[in-house]
Amino acid sequence: MIPPAFEYLRPATIPEAISLLQQHGEDAKILSGGQSLVPMMKLRIARPAYLVDINRIAGLSYVKEEGGFLKIGGLTREAELEASSLVRARYPILLDTVRVIADPQVRNLATIAGNLAHGDPANDHPATMLALRARVVATGANGERVIPIEQFFETLFTTALQQAEILTEIRIPIPPAHSGGAYFKLERKVGDFATAAVAAQVTVDPPGVVQKAGIGLTNVGPIPIKAKAAEDFLEGKRLDATSIAQAAQFAADASQPSSDLRGPAEYKKSLVRELTKRALSRAAERAAK
Amino acid sequence: MAKKQLVRVKVNGRDRQAEVEPRLLLIHFIREVLQLTGSHIGCDTSHCGACTVLLNGKPVKSCTMFAVQADEGEIITVEGLMQAGQLHPLQQGFKEEHGLQCGFCTPGMLMSCYALLKNNVKPSEEDIRWGISGNLCRCTGYQNIVRAVQFAANKMAEADKKPEMAEVAK
Repeated sequence: MIPPAFEYLRPATIPEAISLLQQHGEDAKILSGGQSLVPMMKLRIARPAYLVDINRIAGLSYVKEEGGFLKIGGLTREAELEASSLVRARYPILLDTVRVIADPQVRNLATIAGNLAHGDPANDHPATMLALRARVVATGANGERVIPIEQFFETLFTTALQQAEILTEIRIPIPPAHSGGAYFKLERKVGDFATAAVAAQVTVDPPGVVQKAGIGLTNVGPIPIKAKAAEDFLEGKRLDATSIAQAAQFAADASQPSSDLRGPAEYKKSLVRELTKRALSRAAERAAK
Repeated sequence: MAKKQLVRVKVNGRDRQAEVEPRLLLIHFIREVLQLTGSHIGCDTSHCGACTVLLNGKPVKSCTMFAVQADEGEIITVEGLMQAGQLHPLQQGFKEEHGLQCGFCTPGMLMSCYALLKNNVKPSEEDIRWGISGNLCRCTGYQNIVRAVQFAANKMAEADKKPEMAEVAK
């Protein structure tokens, strides 16, 4: 499959990239990892006249803790997140998530920022970032602005990013002591999008009462879903089979799946219930460590 | 037609360059411009991994990036595995352990396995299956592919040991 013709632009700095995006307006598209964009161009679903390849911009590839946040650079590859010793030691929910994204070759190119900025509710990082209450940094002509992830996903394939803005950093508040999280995904085969998936993050006080809960749902609605009623219900409750089951029901109620080749809507709702139970149980185990 | 762009790459140790349309996919550049037809186009939809090549040491699907993106990069294709007329231990392994039936997935499979063994000299069965999880074999030959990689890992470990033993003998 041959994509439509386009002009290829390769800026070396962020200001240069932003100026190209401003110059070419809606005809331009940012090329990051390209693992969603290139297939869409080959199918001619996307037909940008200009591709602004940001891959050669230096200094945007990192995973580090700084100023109370885990910071992930805008060009950090999925494979780099997967290999990060910091992530392996302290953020098992991110490791759960990155390991079920596509396959090794795709993860060598795909970026975490692209996974969010694509605005696809079937992508995996959005639910995890919702559970972790992340923020994203959008850099444009007027500098940086910070967008809470809860306000980032607007409609299918549309985010709060402006046309001439680049997602340059993801900031995850470093979870306090006694926190834990997990991501559970059901996929038909390696590399498939989720039939459904659930991210859960909890902070408990030592006897086990939930102080804060975050729950995000993948591919069960037009945008990634924050299961707010389930989060609110859990706060102040002890995590046990009864409270987890009740929260899982709230999460299933918040999902809006449609029937498709991955299964009927009713099945996906019950899947959200089961995956929420598993994610919360694993999160509780990890918080207890 | 969009303006052509110069792509300069090192492929299997050799400098190559050509002016190409930006929309030319890396796999077409490799097969049609450089005439290296070992890498295959399988699904053309980023699923099967038959087009896998190493770009700057990492396996990527060459059907899912543009040749212009590889500019100034270093590429290794299946043609680059054989050294001094000797099959790479992985190629010997695929031969000895029947790691292929129709052979269509093999060029991509070999490149993923090559990258795996670069990072992990003694992979477990799980590591191997994880390493080839982006490569589909429709002859369902995974069992023998795992054996072929184990064969290569053992062979490479032996080859590494020999100079040490020579050292001890001194």
